[in-house]
Amino acid sequence: MNGLAAIAIFGALVVVAGIVLVPILATVFGGFKDLGELRVNLLGLPRHWVWSGYWDILASVRYWRVLGNSLLIALLTVALTLALSSMTAFAFAHLKFFGDKFLLNYLMLGLLFPAATAILPLFIKIRDLGLLDSYWGVVLPQVAFSLAMAVLLLRNAFKQLPAELLDAAMMDGCGYFRYFLFITLPLSGPILSTVAVISFVASWNGYLLPLVVLDSESRYPWTLGLMAFQGQYNTSWQLVLAFITLTILPAILMFLMAQRYIVAGLTAGALKG
Amino acid sequence: MSTVEQAQFEPARRMTANSWAVVVIFLPPALLLFTIFVALPMAEAGWYSFYNWNGYGRPDRFIGLKNYGYVFGNAVFARALVNNGLVIAVSLLIQLPLALAVALAVAGRVVGAVTFRMIFFLPYVLADVGAGLIWRYMFDGDYGLPATIAGDLGTPSVYLLASKDWAFAAVLVVIVWKYFGFYMMLYVAGLQGIDKSLLEAAEMDGAGPFQRFRHITLPLLGPMIRLSIFFSVVGSLQLFDIVVPLTGGGPFDTTHTMVSFLYYFGITRMRVGFGSAVGVVLFIICVTFAFGYRRAFMRND
Repeated sequence: MNGLAAIAIFGALVVVAGIVLVPILATVFGGFKDLGELRVNLLGLPRHWVWSGYWDILASVRYWRVLGNSLLIALLTVALTLALSSMTAFAFAHLKFFGDKFLLNYLMLGLLFPAATAILPLFIKIRDLGLLDSYWGVVLPQVAFSLAMAVLLLRNAFKQLPAELLDAAMMDGCGYFRYFLFITLPLSGPILSTVAVISFVASWNGYLLPLVVLDSESRYPWTLGLMAFQGQYNTSWQLVLAFITLTILPAILMFLMAQRYIVAGLTAGALKG
Repeated sequence: MSTVEQAQFEPARRMTANSWAVVVIFLPPALLLFTIFVALPMAEAGWYSFYNWNGYGRPDRFIGLKNYGYVFGNAVFARALVNNGLVIAVSLLIQLPLALAVALAVAGRVVGAVTFRMIFFLPYVLADVGAGLIWRYMFDGDYGLPATIAGDLGTPSVYLLASKDWAFAAVLVVIVWKYFGFYMMLYVAGLQGIDKSLLEAAEMDGAGPFQRFRHITLPLLGPMIRLSIFFSVVGSLQLFDIVVPLTGGGPFDTTHTMVSFLYYFGITRMRVGFGSAVGVVLFIICVTFAFGYRRAFMRND
């Protein structure tokens, strides 16, 4: 590649990066501007840094509660998804029993269903089970929807473990349960974290399901909390911008800290699905 | 080769009491959860779609295919279908080529390649709701880009998201902004899998950069491109989260997608039969596309 082309490519990348970053930075800095300045200064740094918007939100119960709710829902979803999918994948990876192919294919139907198509009957199901407006009403369907992909990824990984390992363990009288707990799971760290990342991100960013299931604002995850906040303060953009910044911050921090893992997890989920 | 591997890894063990215990204890929880929250609701959507039902009591007012007639006779749904089509078109014609171009640039030895990749992936990390509100601000007629530009030109500002002509175009911009980074990452992963010696050999033989791209990179990236098209279309068909914070389907119901139509016209009004029919239509479109596409283009991948 000659120098001129390299400079042109670099320049084009800078332009695209600018387009990507400008709205995010305008939002972050917008939270520091007062309403009068917002009207005339969209893209610049704040002329007068107003900290009260951010401080008020950081000092509010509301902000921490929506983050706490999201975290609780996401952690429950991840824990249950990992537990159920690893058990299921283990059985399908190592055992041949009557109907195994049928049951696996049945579960794999989950890869085909767009989650939104059955949202109305799902709502009625959740209502009839008495789970409306509860964390479990969000967690259990989320787990159910993430199972197919998780089982697919884990079953493939479990099958890759050397067969000699299982033979040797069985020879020594180690049953399947102990083999699962002490050999399979410890050896499957990377793929388990991939599954954890996929289901965590899906749950953390979830909107439609909690929107349909949850009524009380005290149980809102951050996605619903943000929309409710915007609806309430829609004339005070500086507050809304600060609230947006603070609610997307955890996802950005998680991404910056565990970048490699998250990118690998999300693309692996896409590729192997 | 795959059969050899299969034979090697397929267990040839007989089922013992121990392995039956595994089956009986390990499988039911997942299967039960899947049945209750995924399989049954899907089947019930098909069943409810033949009834006029408000969700209380049992569905007993059977009306045959009338709900489907209402769905296809609904002007807002027709517009939603068009909108989903526009999302697919923009995804395939703008988003994916952009993602590929950027991936080719940052997969090479350009300065700051890792930083660029991180920046481009950033919008994908934000939830749709966050990204949607950020852009609601950027498009705002009093505070956002239109206000700034109009202020510089001394003309009256434009309220894009309240305009029947421009609102959905604005939604499309946000979709490209939010998702191209994800596809870039897929392509980068694909590019990293290409054997560099092939490109070097071609260069030795005098192939220019475009020839190398056309005859080596592009064919080898084929499976990844076919996959990205698949994801892009299926994702476009299910679009919802980003519409709500931007327009909520307005103005005058011109920016709905099939799922937002399902939400605003089915769920919030508890028209269970009608909403289920919308769900079934969406399901049939998705599954038909998925099977057709896989059959036609992804048989060997």
